[in-house]
Amino acid sequence: MIAAQPLVQPPLSNARAAPKLQVERLDVHFRARHAVKDVSLTLADRSVLAVIGPSGCGKSTFLRAINRMHDLVPGALVKGKIRIDGRDVYARDVDPVLLRRSVGMVFQRPNPFPAMTIFDNVVAGLKLNGLRGNHAELVEKSLRQAALWDEVKDRLKSSALSLSGGQQQRLCIARALAVQPQMLLMDEPASALDPIATARIEELIHELKERYTIVIVTHNMQQAARVSDRTAFFYMGELVECGPTEQIFTNPKERRTEDYVTGKFG
Amino acid sequence: MPLHTDKTFEQDLRHVRERLLAMGGKVEELIAGSMKALIDRDSALAEQIKHSDAEVNRMEVEIDEACRRILALRQPAASDLRLITTALKIVTDLERIGDLAVNISERALDLNQAAPLAHYVDLPKLAQLAQAQVKDALDAFVAADVAKAEVVLQGDDHVDVLFLKIFNELLAYMMEDSRTIRRATSLMFVAKHLERIGDHAMNLAEMVIYMVRGEDVRHPRSRELDRSNGSSG
Repeated sequence: MIAAQPLVQPPLSNARAAPKLQVERLDVHFRARHAVKDVSLTLADRSVLAVIGPSGCGKSTFLRAINRMHDLVPGALVKGKIRIDGRDVYARDVDPVLLRRSVGMVFQRPNPFPAMTIFDNVVAGLKLNGLRGNHAELVEKSLRQAALWDEVKDRLKSSALSLSGGQQQRLCIARALAVQPQMLLMDEPASALDPIATARIEELIHELKERYTIVIVTHNMQQAARVSDRTAFFYMGELVECGPTEQIFTNPKERRTEDYVTGKFG
Repeated sequence: MPLHTDKTFEQDLRHVRERLLAMGGKVEELIAGSMKALIDRDSALAEQIKHSDAEVNRMEVEIDEACRRILALRQPAASDLRLITTALKIVTDLERIGDLAVNISERALDLNQAAPLAHYVDLPKLAQLAQAQVKDALDAFVAADVAKAEVVLQGDDHVDVLFLKIFNELLAYMMEDSRTIRRATSLMFVAKHLERIGDHAMNLAEMVIYMVRGEDVRHPRSRELDRSNGSSG
């Protein structure tokens, strides 16, 4: 077994009460473009935040700031604070590679490593991190947590590409889970999947939030309503409103949120 | 106020609103007609009211269906969701008001068989009050006007006070002259029906407040009880 390596050890007392994620006055610029403007929000441990908003509103940029994906983008400038368990993820002594292991990411299109087996895909993150070993137990655990085990247990040595799109996406989730993250970021994880595969992913999100804190970006408002505890609505780089999901979809406080969730934009 | 990007959705919602108003107008007519049938001793009109109820029932079914279709096909959110859930609730109240108007007509048919009582005490006044409550609640719905809906909620006290006064007067009639018992009892039913119409108007007003503010103002006392019992529900 691999020892979990959380970014920082959460304090033993009231670990659940303190917010897992704290974003304070976050700004993201890509050269002249101001993509995320002065965004602040918090998210409780083991809860799901859905981020909604029209294309280009900054929601994916916001998501990617959480695990420092913009470090890799030339001309990107991130200002403000993002804290996980109280620790600033942009602090100098934080290794972005370790951070990304602790804050896993799942993308819109399933991206398993095509030349690898199902088994090897799950442990790919471990191998990249130089952790060798048999890992059979961890593969099973990760695949079970990703609700894929029963479908693939007899063909772990088959190519990842032999799986359906929905299965591939769950394999990517298993791959993210294998390195034992604390948070999962999901960028439109079901937008390329059919309704049944989508329902599986959504059910999986419900199961995963028992252990992980999840931020999901989605264009599908019903999906946001179904899977999340809180919803944040972004518009033109600003966080217009963030509140309990039920409130956002039954009685939002802001006019622009109301117009967006009722389909009155553009 | 901006319109929905999807114009057919906009039309679907407008259709529900318009049909509700048409139904509201129809039940107002039924209340007025049933009271006219009673006071003018017009049995033909009373019969007509009994038959018009079918139209109200048909409207109820039609509006329910339109709401279900929107829920299934459009997954409405926020104010649209509140409009649809409000519509589903208030059609039931409107339909009940229609039924009560029919009940009044039936009493009128019965009363018209006998000699009239000396006068109808304050029944016409009670009918006007109840009908005004329904009208004001529907106006509050059209204008999405919380203040107006709150006036309806307060107005119910006047209905109740007048009902009690009529009740006591009819009781006095019966005690004075037992030959009036049958007719006075019928009139008591009419008064009770009108008082119930007032209650339904109040339900409409409560739903209007929910629709506009997203805040459920029904049964405040039971929720206070919940809180003092420490229950979260």
